[in-house]
Amino acid sequence: MSKQIKLWQGNEACAEGAMYAGCDFFGGYPITPSTEVAEILAAMLPKVGGKFIQMEDEIASMGTILGAAAAGAKSMTSTSGPGFSLMMELLGYGCMAEIPCVIVNVQRAGPSTGLPTKGAQADVMQTRWGTHGDHPTIALCPSSIEESFKLTVKAFNLAEKFRMPVILLLDEFIGHMREKMEVPEPGELEIYNHPRPKVDPKEYQHYADGSSVGGPYAAMGSGYRFNITGLTHDKKGFPTARLDEIQWKMDRLRDKIDQHLAELTEVEEEFLDDAEIVIFSYGAAARSSQQAVRQARAKGIKVGLLRPTTIWPFPDRIVTDVLKKCKTMLVAEISQGQLVYEVERCNKSNTPVVPVLRYDGEMITPAQILKAVEEAQK
Amino acid sequence: MKIHPAYEMLRPGKKFPNVWCPGCGHGIVQGAIIRAVERLGINRDEVAMVSGIGCSSRMPVYVDFNSLHTAHGRALPFATGVKLHNPKLHVIVITGDGDALAIGGNHFIHAARRNMELTVILMNNNIYGMTGGQYSPTTPIGKRASTAPYGCAERDFDACALAIAAGAVFAARGTVYNAVELDKMIEKALTKKGFALVEALSPCPTLYGRLNKEGSAVKMMQTQKANTINLKAAEKLTPQELEGKIITGIFHDGEAQPYTEVYQQIIAKAQGK
Repeated sequence: MSKQIKLWQGNEACAEGAMYAGCDFFGGYPITPSTEVAEILAAMLPKVGGKFIQMEDEIASMGTILGAAAAGAKSMTSTSGPGFSLMMELLGYGCMAEIPCVIVNVQRAGPSTGLPTKGAQADVMQTRWGTHGDHPTIALCPSSIEESFKLTVKAFNLAEKFRMPVILLLDEFIGHMREKMEVPEPGELEIYNHPRPKVDPKEYQHYADGSSVGGPYAAMGSGYRFNITGLTHDKKGFPTARLDEIQWKMDRLRDKIDQHLAELTEVEEEFLDDAEIVIFSYGAAARSSQQAVRQARAKGIKVGLLRPTTIWPFPDRIVTDVLKKCKTMLVAEISQGQLVYEVERCNKSNTPVVPVLRYDGEMITPAQILKAVEEAQK
Repeated sequence: MKIHPAYEMLRPGKKFPNVWCPGCGHGIVQGAIIRAVERLGINRDEVAMVSGIGCSSRMPVYVDFNSLHTAHGRALPFATGVKLHNPKLHVIVITGDGDALAIGGNHFIHAARRNMELTVILMNNNIYGMTGGQYSPTTPIGKRASTAPYGCAERDFDACALAIAAGAVFAARGTVYNAVELDKMIEKALTKKGFALVEALSPCPTLYGRLNKEGSAVKMMQTQKANTINLKAAEKLTPQELEGKIITGIFHDGEAQPYTEVYQQIIAKAQGK
């Protein structure tokens, strides 16, 4: 049987990807340009016995998906800039309490209410540093409709496996762009569901060693009574002020990401082998960058593309290596340069790093990037 | 030695003594909840206790249920997620006056409006205890708090009236002095299909009492006894006679289809059944 071919928007592909991943709970608050995700799931979830609820605000949306996830749901919310800002309190809670869920942020131009119907890529730092305290985050950033689908599935898998909220960082351009895609068959993409514990409930520890990645943990109401708190807690989930237990918890949050960087970090490379100029770009901007690379190659310029699909954790090692090999790195993004500093941080070879930026709400164009490539070649 | 049947609902070991100050009323409320669950014969595995932040909200650590201690004011959204995903759970929300009515005020009215099946125990001590005695939405006008050194300038909320106006199916106010009555209110609330509120007036001698020169914990309990009047008795009194009195009792005991039932109908409709 031939595959289903769909002409979907990024937001549609994201909702469909969530269903494919087994999402059975959505709580959200409408905000442009993310609303299609909620609208589609409001129609689809009840068909499979899942739950959709429109909450009174984004704070409540995060609360309700965390509560549902604690009770065993595969839960999700979607939002955009101002709503994402409101979610920070409970995003941090989800990281601290190690509750899996997926948050879709379809970036729009800001600051504040900014340009609701226009795109940007300026929430990268908020995605990483928006909450208070020390903890890592995972954020995936698709560049196409098909990738919006696949990375939504992956976001659920990583959330389940790493026991934490995972952010799908779309931008308005990808969210509202329509593109043809082949829908994966059931079973074609891996679906990870974390295992449930088998130990005696009396011996169960909700945060036992080893269960921070891929280990079993229980759902509320499954016969394992445990405590969840946003306070710093011990292995059983009870608040603690003991220095060794605080240290254990903080290290655990950091290490579960730091010790799995190779698995978490994903990049796409194009023409990197002989590239003298490399464009670092993600999301919608990477599409214009890809076009610019092809146009430059046609002109005989040795240029390549480094495109992360995981923006957090940042692909430090890969960027450092590529910087060592190339003569110039261009960072093309739809913001005032949020990733330029990250690239500079990885720059151990004093390679010139050139920002190529656009931040007027419109899409960065291949022509603008090609011009920058040609200037860099001089 | 015979062990009290409610004892097994507590978490022994390092969780006690609890964080509550001597004379605080919250322990009496905790006892009332445990007794109500025990009398109703609810399996502990089927109880989820969800709380926000504040003195009252520390309760989940001490009671051996499924327990979820959330962020300030956010207990109701978390509880909504728990209940909607697993409607078999009895979800008890533990909250305080600041938690439920200030930072969580919007969640409070919307959870009541949806008729989400939650038993909400609001421990009202008229002050922010955990942060050191600042005024709350239920601090009476003129009373002192650490952020109201000249007396509170704001009018206070009536939590029960607010819940009823928003759509709660059950709203009652009890006191820790009348512990037996409080037990019954909580038991009744636990049987309601819908948003049920029990506002438990609980004295805070350490902060509210000290700042307002209300005397010892015992004195505050005596004042509570003297200043509260049951709904039925209050009906016979004139507004002048009721001046300064706090009315207790069950203000509303109605019926409305709970959210999860309505949502089951949505599921059936979506599935074309």
